[in-house]
Amino acid sequence: MGKNPEPRGVRVAIGPQHPALKEPESFSVLLAGEKILESGVRLGYNHRGIEKACEERTYVQDLYLIERICGICSHSHSTAFISAVEEIAGLEIPRRAKYLRMLIGELERVHSHLLWLGVAGHEVGFDTLLMYTWRDREVVMDLLAALTGNRVNYGVNTMGGVRRDVSEDQKKQVLTAVDILEERTKYYIGVATQETTLIQRLSGVGKLNHEDAIHLGAVGPTARASSVKRDVRKDDPYLAYDEIPFNVVTSDHNDIYGRAVVRCLELMESYNMIRFIIANMPEGPIAVKAPRKVPAGEAISRYEAPRGEDVHYVRANGSEKPERVKVRAPTLANVQVVSHMLKDGYLADLPIVVAAIDPCFSCTDRMIAVAGDMAAINMGGTAFPGCADAGSKARATWEQVRQHGIEFYRRRGVDFARLNETFTAGGR
Amino acid sequence: MGETPMSRMGETPMSRTGETPVSRWIRWSKFMANEEAILKDLTGRFAFLEGKGRVARARRIFVEVPAEKWAEVFDYAVTQAGFTILCTITGLDLGESFGAIYHLSKVEGEVLNLQVNIPKAKPELQTIIGYFPAAELYERELVDLLGVQILGLPPGHRYPLPDDFPQGLYPLRKDFKAEMLDAPSPERQAK
Repeated sequence: MGKNPEPRGVRVAIGPQHPALKEPESFSVLLAGEKILESGVRLGYNHRGIEKACEERTYVQDLYLIERICGICSHSHSTAFISAVEEIAGLEIPRRAKYLRMLIGELERVHSHLLWLGVAGHEVGFDTLLMYTWRDREVVMDLLAALTGNRVNYGVNTMGGVRRDVSEDQKKQVLTAVDILEERTKYYIGVATQETTLIQRLSGVGKLNHEDAIHLGAVGPTARASSVKRDVRKDDPYLAYDEIPFNVVTSDHNDIYGRAVVRCLELMESYNMIRFIIANMPEGPIAVKAPRKVPAGEAISRYEAPRGEDVHYVRANGSEKPERVKVRAPTLANVQVVSHMLKDGYLADLPIVVAAIDPCFSCTDRMIAVAGDMAAINMGGTAFPGCADAGSKARATWEQVRQHGIEFYRRRGVDFARLNETFTAGGR
Repeated sequence: MGETPMSRMGETPMSRTGETPVSRWIRWSKFMANEEAILKDLTGRFAFLEGKGRVARARRIFVEVPAEKWAEVFDYAVTQAGFTILCTITGLDLGESFGAIYHLSKVEGEVLNLQVNIPKAKPELQTIIGYFPAAELYERELVDLLGVQILGLPPGHRYPLPDDFPQGLYPLRKDFKAEMLDAPSPERQAK
């Protein structure tokens, strides 16, 4: 025995590859029976050197690289980054561009929170909730695809504004979708506040009291569920958030149940904000001309991502490439909090405690697996063209899948076929 | 909870939608007094900060602090001036020296960026995990990516680089090139 004997217990390594965790991170937990005595986290498995890579690319290239930090809150990162660059360059973007950025930002929050609700349901064995919320999430994903051309990594920001405007038709589409989502969210709020199994499973798990939340620097819904009324949109408003009425949702449950309630109610706030943005969308241009080179200077921008405060620091040196780009994603601020919440909890709670801070993982895959009876495949209302007579064991050709995708989106108001013609005529 | 810029203005948000860039600037300029006051308070208390700080825009203050006085200024900012939130720490390679910017924020939203420069020959900083436990990972980033020594940082896993990353290579230094990772290490050459 050494001078500092380890507390009696068994040390178990969880991760970096583990069925309960969706992204590589490694926990080392010391267990006494089922109880966690202490835990340590090892991160960095996803380190891709993006900050260094940014120094070797131009600002516009960086914008697309930064957007790929995360597949869920990609707009958060790109907006935070480009806002800092625009501040250094002295660019005042048009008000319509600000409203469009906020519109995409709030839609992104909606898709992220719905995704979280599903993941949380899955982690506690309530997979019906996962199926429901992820189905409803498709409504907002389709909307994002219609508005920006992409389901994830929207690529809508550019230096000096945004790349795409919204038409009157699209505004109506947004409002219709928001009505559907609001109705569904009301149902989830009902589930969260009345469903006994869910309440009992989440209450008292992953405790984080108000003082610890502040001391450990928790951000986002994790902090707000411990009555920490902090929201960058309110405290340090960016874009035009100071013009939009909304409430900062908090809860005093101090546990995962509170975090679920906060996210559900934040969805309702986001719907109202989206309606306000659509109703008050200013007229005018959507972008101003931006210079290639940015004068020397520095700026820090903060953005309330769905997971919490996202911080970007940019230092320019007068050339067309930045001198330094620093990114602090919200999950990094919440990592210490996870270790704290795991302590004195049960091993079986680990997946949901980790999931409760909504750690970021890439969800960029967008793929349809097709095998088996093609005639029976009837995704979104139409069978694959040319598949009905292809025999029961046929596989769809790449062209058929492509056509199906084009048709699928055309019925939702996005015409990729025309986009394709332009590419074919111009390029190949 | 402290007041927000919106409550400070005492206006309903709805009334602002029709504003022009000029009226917006006038509205923001009212807040700027606050930032000037913070900077004035700092320079009044620490005479050596005279001319070292600037207000970049509403809620953004940048101050360069001499390394030997840094602990004193940092302590004052956190414990007395109300900058109780640590946004992050940014490490810089400035050629002759390293820089570290501590981005501190008030609950009300003002951000104080305290920059300290340390010589490359003796790249040492004191840890701040006593003030902010969450700073541990930000400080480990400085250690891994720039090769800065953090005094008082307890032993632990490295972050964010892998355990077998070559010793003495720091990716965020300006003289680092990705090809260096392919170069045979001295130990391997010896074999």
